Amino acid sequence: MALANVLQSESVDFSNYGRKCRGFTSSLYETELGLESVGGDNLSFAVRTACSDGDGSERKIQFLHGTTTLAFKFQHGVIVAVDSRATAGAYIASQTVKKVIEINPYLLGTMAGGAADCSFWERLLARQCRVYELRNKERISVAAASKLLANMVYQYKGMGLSMGTMVCGWDKTGPGLYYVDSEGNRVCGDLFAVGSGSMYAYGIVDSGLKQKDLTVEEACDLGCRAIYQATYRDAYSGGQVNLYHVHSEGWNRVSQSDVLLLHQQYQAEKA
Amino acid sequence: MSIYDRAITVFSPDGHLFQVEYAQEAVKKGSTAVGIRGKDIVVLGVEKKSVAKLQEERTVRKICALDEHVCMAFAGLTADARIVINRARVECQSHRLTVEDPVTVEYITRHIATLKQRYTQSNGRRPFGISALIVGFDYDGTPRLYQTDPSGTYHAWKANAIGRSAKTVREFLEKNYTDEAIATDNEAIKLAIKALLEVVQSGGKNIDLAVIRRNQPLKLLESKEIETLVAEIEKEKEDEVEKKKQKKST
Repeated sequence: MALANVLQSESVDFSNYGRKCRGFTSSLYETELGLESVGGDNLSFAVRTACSDGDGSERKIQFLHGTTTLAFKFQHGVIVAVDSRATAGAYIASQTVKKVIEINPYLLGTMAGGAADCSFWERLLARQCRVYELRNKERISVAAASKLLANMVYQYKGMGLSMGTMVCGWDKTGPGLYYVDSEGNRVCGDLFAVGSGSMYAYGIVDSGLKQKDLTVEEACDLGCRAIYQATYRDAYSGGQVNLYHVHSEGWNRVSQSDVLLLHQQYQAEKA
Repeated sequence: MSIYDRAITVFSPDGHLFQVEYAQEAVKKGSTAVGIRGKDIVVLGVEKKSVAKLQEERTVRKICALDEHVCMAFAGLTADARIVINRARVECQSHRLTVEDPVTVEYITRHIATLKQRYTQSNGRRPFGISALIVGFDYDGTPRLYQTDPSGTYHAWKANAIGRSAKTVREFLEKNYTDEAIATDNEAIKLAIKALLEVVQSGGKNIDLAVIRRNQPLKLLESKEIETLVAEIEKEKEDEVEKKKQKKST
């Protein structure tokens, strides 16, 4: 079956280990400490706290949740705007991270959460999309692409994947925007902002999207401004604003603007 | 499970897969099925085997819906067909689940053909003894007709027949499938009936017909409707004969 094939073929080699572990995390006894032996694994005596919502287990690796990514649909397609800062705690690891992953010439994915998780799974998604295209002689729809990604990561639910991504594209039904995360959410929508700076970005876009028909320039400017505002207030977002526009022919990179230069520009406008 | 280590379908010295060819023989023994692709309609007609007196008539239908917009008819081993149809029906729904779109006729045909091919290359298994005619409309409104056979190949056709006397029916179709013949829905249905009447004994009673119109689900024609159409066809034939007689005499 299509469903069975997707679930089987996307398992990486270590999934057998994953399957065994799954056995007790998804069992009824979730309040117990996971001290059961799991097959012949070395990790069989690892203490696992209950995987309850919100608390989560104490992860050693600090993931890069500090980010602002934004995407919204408008009349002429989808605008995707992201910042480029990567933080590890209070340390700014990089100011030049590419948080938009180019899945194929007409699909984009954004990165929030674990950088490795996002880029790995989205590259796998790119492979799957290409195979679909070859087999069926037509482009994959955004709904199907996002569903493939959601199904792939759902297998690893509860195992510590951290990924909050937006799949953006244009297919035969028009512009498409889906939010997919490692918890198994997959939501279709007209506007999403993901990351620590998302609330600030929402404020700007929500007020800017009042007028119904935006031109491409207005929409790009809105996206840019939203990310800038988020970097202004959120410590974990900054660097540059990378702006993409997805239209019927595919996507193109509109601009890459340094946040500090934008700041001077907007200050000058105010005066 | 299947811990067979020996394949049944193996090559012969001159490159044939005899099991597959024997399966095709089994198909040739099955009752005839014909498929016609019109402009806004696709038609499937099958020869109904006469049932025993005490048997309920409609237990086994040879025309089955795979989804709202796709259906198939088969010729060959009915039991094998049941398995293939079940797998195809599940696949149609799986596709809707993962891709959020209904299957295209080509996709489901490819799936069935791949399934059949797998059984020609697995240990301990024999090929499916059926050929299938798969008809339907894609979401962009194009009508399609595909045929698969036990070897796992599939082709698109404008009109085709499988089963007993398929050759005769196909020759009839080759002569009579013209753009005028399929100009209207009714004409396409009549062409299917005419094709079947070539090989079926005792007329309309032994014909089962199903149509799919664009954006409409599968419709199985009732025997009354078929009788009406058969009567129309007979009348047309008589008129033709009359015309020829008149031409000769003048």
